[in-house]
Amino acid sequence: MSERFPRPRAVRLGRTLALVAVLCAPPFYLDAFWLRIGLFSMAAAVGAVGLGLLSGTAGQLSLGHAFFLAVGAYGYVWLAGEPGPGLPTALAAVLAVLLAGAAGGLFSPVAGRVRGIYLGVATLALVFLGNHVLLTADSVTGGFNGRSVAPLEIGGFSFSSESELTVLGVPFAAEERLWYLGLALFALTWFTARGLLRGRPGRALAALRDSETAAAVMGVDVARHRSAAFVVSSMYAGLAGVMLALAFRRVVPDYFGLVLSVDYLAMIVIGGLGSVAGATAGAVFVTALPLLMTRYADQLPLVAAPGSTDGGVGPTEAARYLYGALIVLVLLFAPDGLHGLVRRARARLRERRGGSPPTDTTPRHDPPRPAVRAKEPTP
Amino acid sequence: MTTLIDNVFNGLALGAVYALVALGFVIIFKASGVMNFAHGSLLLLGGYLTAVLHDAIGFAAALALSVLVTAAVAGAMDRFLLQAGGGADPHTAAVQTIVTIGVDIVILTDLSRRIGGDLLSLGDPWGDSVSGLGPVTVADSRIAAIAVSTAVIAGVFALFRYTSWGLSLRASAEDVEAAALMGVRLVRVRTLAWCLAGALAALAAVFLAAFPAPGLERTTGQIALKAFPAAILGGMSSPPGALAGSLLIGLTEALVAGYQSELTLLGEGFGSVAPYAVMVLVLLVRPTGLFGAKAAIRV
Repeated sequence: MSERFPRPRAVRLGRTLALVAVLCAPPFYLDAFWLRIGLFSMAAAVGAVGLGLLSGTAGQLSLGHAFFLAVGAYGYVWLAGEPGPGLPTALAAVLAVLLAGAAGGLFSPVAGRVRGIYLGVATLALVFLGNHVLLTADSVTGGFNGRSVAPLEIGGFSFSSESELTVLGVPFAAEERLWYLGLALFALTWFTARGLLRGRPGRALAALRDSETAAAVMGVDVARHRSAAFVVSSMYAGLAGVMLALAFRRVVPDYFGLVLSVDYLAMIVIGGLGSVAGATAGAVFVTALPLLMTRYADQLPLVAAPGSTDGGVGPTEAARYLYGALIVLVLLFAPDGLHGLVRRARARLRERRGGSPPTDTTPRHDPPRPAVRAKEPTP
Repeated sequence: MTTLIDNVFNGLALGAVYALVALGFVIIFKASGVMNFAHGSLLLLGGYLTAVLHDAIGFAAALALSVLVTAAVAGAMDRFLLQAGGGADPHTAAVQTIVTIGVDIVILTDLSRRIGGDLLSLGDPWGDSVSGLGPVTVADSRIAAIAVSTAVIAGVFALFRYTSWGLSLRASAEDVEAAALMGVRLVRVRTLAWCLAGALAALAAVFLAAFPAPGLERTTGQIALKAFPAAILGGMSSPPGALAGSLLIGLTEALVAGYQSELTLLGEGFGSVAPYAVMVLVLLVRPTGLFGAKAAIRV
């Protein structure tokens, strides 16, 4: 957003450095519970950015994101583990991401032909068929009980608690180390996705979303861009899958169900469709909120102690109620998501400061059209 | 041969019940462009109400009441939560779809808490009785499922075809602006569609929990997910398509489950995911379902 108000370079640099410092600080101050929330949020953010690209920008509704996450997670576990080829873990992680991309590519005969809600439900089939494979292909996936995840090792440095490491008097266990890995991968996602969206491919995808006919007339190769969006989005999902596997240390088929797909859809809509920052905010909202509320729900009024049998509302349930209600409330008062909420708050703040109302000369992202759409508009 | 007839009959009964759910799903989509993720919760709500009320007021009255209440809940959800934000936002339908997820979480959490690990009986009059039908014996509840579903679905089609509400619904699904200009009250038409879908879901719950199923459990609502491929197979915009799709899904599931032993290559429990495989194959050939209207693109 800094380009809207050009500031001196030094100020911008200072801001960036401050942000980096804030993001790097938590492992020194927070305990493992908070760090794990951070790890899950970062992984979810990477996945949500990928889905945002596909459903928010390109307008292709996908309920199959959990499947591609599973391909990434299980791909890594199998490639790096025993039984499996037992490759070096860093190589396995890269290959797992490519594998997820390939899975997205294999789906492109469907993705290229099927549109709107039909595509949404066709991708839903991926989740169920994928789950069936995860449960039955025991030798690769470990069946119902899943498999444990080999910790990542890059150049002899292991992202696990095995070797001891102390930085500035703070013992660095797996969570602390994975935090920085997560930050690096998230930064990679952030910059590549923004680059894609602001460049030629992003404009082509947005054109496809708004009208395929018009885009084709302008020289956008419709089928190629539609499947490319699917492949790229699947690769982000695969990366998120690898990050999740590393954070969980064990992958089980149950996790990669429809609920997960729906959660990702909720992330991008709650955050605000079509923006990378929005997808990130939505991912943190959807990931961190249930965990936090489950942890602190017993301090809410009217909540019974866990394990009591008098039919009262337990902490887990209270957390679910609140979470469901919050989704409804956020979207009721901010249909354009958290991203829109922040944008409007900023504009109001600026007005109050007496500045002129924002005269946008920079191209702002258009509010995206729905991913769920009944038909092509016929003007 | 008997196995085949058995399986086919099972499939038809299953398909008839899916049709009730899928039809509601399609009606909602036609009227509002929203994918209703709370459909499973509405179904569970209907079943739960029937289960707790039937002891006090009898099965028929309990069913009637639960159908009414579920319809009212669905209508209220549409009117006060989905339509409250106004329709000006360009991605309204996507946002409203996510709102249904929030509603689903709240209803499902509450019902799960109440049902717990129990299996609730709905007190339906068929119990576990069976009848001989030629060479096979079938559960009476299955026969009832087919009969009631057929009658109700025919009734819904009649509503579409012969009432002014049905005409309004079809008109607004065709072109919202034109319908509004012709004096169709979009808000009311839409809310009524949601009510109807809720009622159908509550009715379907009865047959999903009846013999040979063990009863109503908190996971019964997940069956609504089977209605997604059913609705898509037939084509989202076509209610008769939803019916045909549902029967196809029911038959596929029953046949694959029935001949499980000969299909071991596909893994255990393939029956429950076979509908999705069939759906993907159909969509490859016909991207808008078997009966779906091909959207005309004019420039």
